[in-house]
Amino acid sequence: MERKIRVLIAKPGLDGHDRGAKLIARALRDAGMEVIYTGLRQTPQMITTAALQEDVDVVGLSILSGAHMTLVPRVVESLKEAGLGDVAVFVGGIIPEEDWPALQEMGVRAVYGPGTTTTQVIDDVRRLVSGQAEA
Amino acid sequence: MRGTVDVQAVLAGDRRALARALTEVENDSPAGREALDALFPHSGKAHLVGVTGSPGAGKSSLVNQMTRLLRNPEAGEAKKVAIVAVDPSSPFTGGAILGDRIRMRDITDDPGVFIRSMASRGHLGGIARTTSALVRVLDAAGFDLILIETVGAGQSEVDIARLAHTTIVVEAPGMGDDIQAIKAGILEIADILVVNKADHPLADNTLRALSASLEFARPGQVAAIDRFHHKELAFSQVQLDQTTNEFENEHWTPPVLKTVSTEGVGIEKVVEAIEKHAAFLRTHNQWNIRDAARLQEELNELLMAAFAAEWRKQVEQSRIEAVLGEMLERKLSPQSAALKLLSA
Ligand code: B12
Ligand SMILES: Nc1nc2c(ncn2[C@@H]2O[C@H](COP(=O)(O)OP(=O)(O)OP(=O)(O)O)[C@@H](O)[C@H]2O)c(=O)[nH]1
Ligand SMILES: [Mg+2]
Repeated sequence: MERKIRVLIAKPGLDGHDRGAKLIARALRDAGMEVIYTGLRQTPQMITTAALQEDVDVVGLSILSGAHMTLVPRVVESLKEAGLGDVAVFVGGIIPEEDWPALQEMGVRAVYGPGTTTTQVIDDVRRLVSGQAEA
Repeated sequence: MRGTVDVQAVLAGDRRALARALTEVENDSPAGREALDALFPHSGKAHLVGVTGSPGAGKSSLVNQMTRLLRNPEAGEAKKVAIVAVDPSSPFTGGAILGDRIRMRDITDDPGVFIRSMASRGHLGGIARTTSALVRVLDAAGFDLILIETVGAGQSEVDIARLAHTTIVVEAPGMGDDIQAIKAGILEIADILVVNKADHPLADNTLRALSASLEFARPGQVAAIDRFHHKELAFSQVQLDQTTNEFENEHWTPPVLKTVSTEGVGIEKVVEAIEKHAAFLRTHNQWNIRDAARLQEELNELLMAAFAAEWRKQVEQSRIEAVLGEMLERKLSPQSAALKLLSA
């Protein structure tokens, strides 16, 4: 059986905007991936536990509330503590461009704003996972 | 590292190693097969509980509540609980959205609980082809009770009854009438019937219809071994000294229970029934019979696959094509074609 790409899509914090997260989840599914969708109001601990138990290749966070500069470092830290520092983190939503470098500095692999095409996300996930397989 | 399994770490309770092992086993990789071999002697202790029923009936919500209770029992020790939740793969793209965790948020932070979602990956029957293998890994890893949630199932997805010791069928009000209830299939496999969404005004109608049709089907009289009926094995089965005369007239009567899984109402009764059923299986020697039947069936499937692979090595592609051609021209029936290909 071929190896399936597994992606966790999670919404940390209290933000209820879930259209983007669902759209990305569906697009990745339609690209043949297995997407674990955990729903709203996930704590960093819940996201880490899900990433660990589900053994995902990528953790995708969707944040439109403006709280990304507090939430993202907590999730990244929590993942590292659990030994999941090697799992790629993607962040999407309403993220002002001036915050992008700081997020990438923290270890976020890529940031996606409004208008991101789903093909772009699919390509990035595929490239990332095939890169890992070769490494 | 991907592509390897640390069996010792899995046995020692390392969750990351366990998650990695599950991936390799799910992908049926060489490392996964090796791990299964090494873990097999450590398996066979857990109580396997299947949870099946129509899409949206409340399976995940019920699993969430049952797990809460199993982790915080009024008396006795808390059980370590693993959950395998299966959702369907798209038949067109092979992708899947695995969303059962959404309803299990109360239990995600509990270190005595391990939840793993899996996609059906084209397998029909309500679970994936490798679900039983994943369950075996979790069993070896020391979980006392393993809850297996099937894809939303209808009348023919009954594989779960072959895998589990105890099968819970969850129904919700307003999904079909009593004709649906007496059709063969899903009701026959129920060891415990749950009418969830009891806050719905039609819940009592559903409860009555199900209770009535249970009497019709009398699934309690279906002996464990019969769950494997209509299956011809490649070898003759070893019969354990099963249902000896003293038990012949003692049957498990599936209780019909009402729950509101969103509120946690009625859950104690379900957990109690699970424990009673386990005790029944043990005192009536059914536990061993079910285990034996499951292992023999698994051996059978592997044998069949091995026979096919062995045969495939021996037969020339050109011969297959020739016979296929004759069949497509309708000169040879599929039956005769098969026999022709088998004869050297
Ligand atoms: C629709 C909407 C709502 C709906 C949400 C419905 C729902 N279930 O999602 C409703 C009306 C409920 C709502 C409510 C609110 N909203 Co509103 N809402 C919007 C709006 C107009 C569009 C968002 C949307 O759905 N876009 C469509 C999706 C597909 O796009 P997207 O989420 O951006 O996703 C894309 C990319 O960002 C990326 N992406 C997103 N996530 C991810 C994840 C990964 C892993 C990847 C790879 C990519 C990715 O890919 C997607 C595809 O391109 C935006 C404004 C805007 N133009 O964005 C405001 C906006 C997000 N809302 C805003 C606010 C303030 C609110 C409220 C607080 C308003 C209030 N005072 O009550 C509430 C809060 C609700 C809550 N509980 O959180 C602000 C946020 C301000 C900020 N961040 O500083 C915005 C930006 C409006 C504004 N300009 O002020 N909102
Ligand atoms: N009113 C009411 N709603 C419930 C109850 N139990 C579950 N639900 C709701 O029913 C919907 C489906 O519940 P799930 O637990 O996801 O059902 P499921 O059987 O696991 O669904 P699938 O896995 O998709 O087949 C959710 O919106 C739940 O909140 C209940 O007892 N009463
Ligand atoms: Mg479910």
